[in-house]
Amino acid sequence: MTRENSFYGPLDDPAADAGHTDHPPRVGFFTDTSVCIGCKACEVACKEWNLVPEDGLDLTGMSYDNTGMLGASSWRHVAFVEQQLPLGRQETGLPDLPTGPSVTGVQQEVVAEGMRHAERGGAQLGTGPVDVGFPSFELPGATTGAEGRTDFRWLMSSDVCKHCTHAGCLDVCPTGALFRTEFSTVVVQQDICNGCGYCVSGCPYGVIDRRPDDGRAWKCTLCYDRLRGGLEPACAKACPTDSIQFGVLDELRERADRRLEQLHGLGVGEARLYGRDPDDGVGGDGAFFLLLDEPEVYGLPPDPVVPTRDLPEMWKYAGVAASALLTAAVAVFVGGGRR
Amino acid sequence: MSQDDGILREPRSDAGAADTGARPFGTDRHGPGKGRGGDGGDGGRERSMVPRAEFRSYYGRPVLKPPVWDWKIAGYLFTGGLSASAALLAAGADLTGRPALRRGCRLGSSAGLLASMYLLVADLGRPERFHHMLRVAKPSSPMSIGTWILVAYGPGTVLASAAELLPASVRATLPGRLVRLAARPAGLASAVVAPAVASYTAVLLSQTAVPAWHEAHRHLPFLFTGSAAAAGGGFGMVVAPVAEAGPARRLAAAGAAAELVTSRLIDRRPGLVTEAFTTGRAHRLRRASECLTLGGAAVAATLARRSRTAAAAAGLALLAGSVLQRFGTFEAGVASTRDPAYVVVPQRERLRRAAAGGESPV
Repeated sequence: MTRENSFYGPLDDPAADAGHTDHPPRVGFFTDTSVCIGCKACEVACKEWNLVPEDGLDLTGMSYDNTGMLGASSWRHVAFVEQQLPLGRQETGLPDLPTGPSVTGVQQEVVAEGMRHAERGGAQLGTGPVDVGFPSFELPGATTGAEGRTDFRWLMSSDVCKHCTHAGCLDVCPTGALFRTEFSTVVVQQDICNGCGYCVSGCPYGVIDRRPDDGRAWKCTLCYDRLRGGLEPACAKACPTDSIQFGVLDELRERADRRLEQLHGLGVGEARLYGRDPDDGVGGDGAFFLLLDEPEVYGLPPDPVVPTRDLPEMWKYAGVAASALLTAAVAVFVGGGRR
Repeated sequence: MSQDDGILREPRSDAGAADTGARPFGTDRHGPGKGRGGDGGDGGRERSMVPRAEFRSYYGRPVLKPPVWDWKIAGYLFTGGLSASAALLAAGADLTGRPALRRGCRLGSSAGLLASMYLLVADLGRPERFHHMLRVAKPSSPMSIGTWILVAYGPGTVLASAAELLPASVRATLPGRLVRLAARPAGLASAVVAPAVASYTAVLLSQTAVPAWHEAHRHLPFLFTGSAAAAGGGFGMVVAPVAEAGPARRLAAAGAAAELVTSRLIDRRPGLVTEAFTTGRAHRLRRASECLTLGGAAVAATLARRSRTAAAAAGLALLAGSVLQRFGTFEAGVASTRDPAYVVVPQRERLRRAAAGGESPV
């Protein structure tokens, strides 16, 4: 069943490549982060529908992101990025004035320096006119209108398993627990997984993980049960702004292209699609994104490649090494006489 | 207004904190949203001496998951390699009439195999489901291939060592005679598979997204088979008298040479990922390994021809060197997943080259 592009390169129909006949079209997610508002409804809906256990209540210090990253018990993860950058053609006219949030680097330093010399170590802040370049304790955007405009922007993005065309986790799974569904998604069969952990290292996105108390590997199933029942995945259903769009992948790609064109026309030149290209290192993602900055800013690898690409070469080198060992073992007995 | 205005105010929650000037996210003067570069903006992590290209990341958080495997898998890399090359020595000793070397290596090979089995099963998240490995044979998964290699390798090894352990009372009985008769073909059969046992583990590590292991996929097979040969030869020098251990000494010296040369080649590859091998704990383990292996090989080629004590000491040094090499390589992979630089910087570089017109070679 192994065809030319089974392991690497563009592959139109992963489900057929995996042996499905008469299967539904490939489905996936298009996550348009330009309209994500960071409500985390996707995270909650996913946890509730899939009965994903609680995985620690932490304050990470990473803006409003207290989930941290995708993992065995976090199948959706909303990233929050705070940046000093205007959106599109916004012009604040205030680039040199000490406006903006309390958390940009230069202002932090100004404040910290001021506090070091202050009589009461900063306790007088807000009680009198102190010029430390600190505009307010208000949240960014708490005021409306021109006076509230800053060059601050907040990037939010709901990350998820990419359901790659060439999935590293699926390729390395030694038990067959991970499989390609008829929808071309990648799912773990929990009654088969024996927790070898190979998929964790096989994923070039760092998505799948082993649940410590459970011992098995878990990740997004793209709500396989809901798909079988003709429903859209829980996260897409819950998303209030349609940032997460579910559908047939070909249609999503067209929609994404149109949205990208629209944003570029509006002056948001930094908008880009991530994981849409079927020629990339994983053959294109089943779940792809519209991002407003480089992927690594969101914690995504800029150019992921499925490790399987180099597998034939690896076996070739291993074969040479094995032959060398066998030859050496024969030689040490043949040469050197009876010593 | 002053503080004496009688209004109760909530104290600042971070009053008195030392890090009120810390940058809560990766902004610095290089521009908006720049992640930490070589100076480690978020601190606390072991940094390399070599300055790195500026790169961006999500709060310095790793992109990849670190391997969930622990020391048991690093240990298996050693025990598996030891078992394989001991099986080769045992088969050769059997054919060339070296009974002490044959007996010691058969038993060592079997012990290495049993230790490997234990380590592999114990590292599973669900050890009671280890047999699920046997429900498929999957060419794209080196772990599946390795499972079947071990299935082909194991029985012969165990049978050959069983013949060495038969009590005198059983040796004369029919089953005892059959086992002794089968020992040589069984040992030879496992010796034929042994090189695969010693080398497949390199593919096992390389067929991952772990940058240090994947980028070294041309070198790891030679490092691992060299390390296995050094360990097996060292083991033979420990268990067999000097008169019989000639092949063990030669195998040890050849393996050590291959291991040392490959290890140095790994350290000299261009690119950031090499730093995972040349810095931190991985570097220390591998340096110690090189010293032990070099010393052991030098003694194996000289003093070990005459002195059993020297041979045993050299053998132990080679075994220890192999252990440290495996743990060092394992550690390099883990370190390369913990730092986003190893993922982001090479991939950015690849994109930059591709954009410049050239095809990305690796």
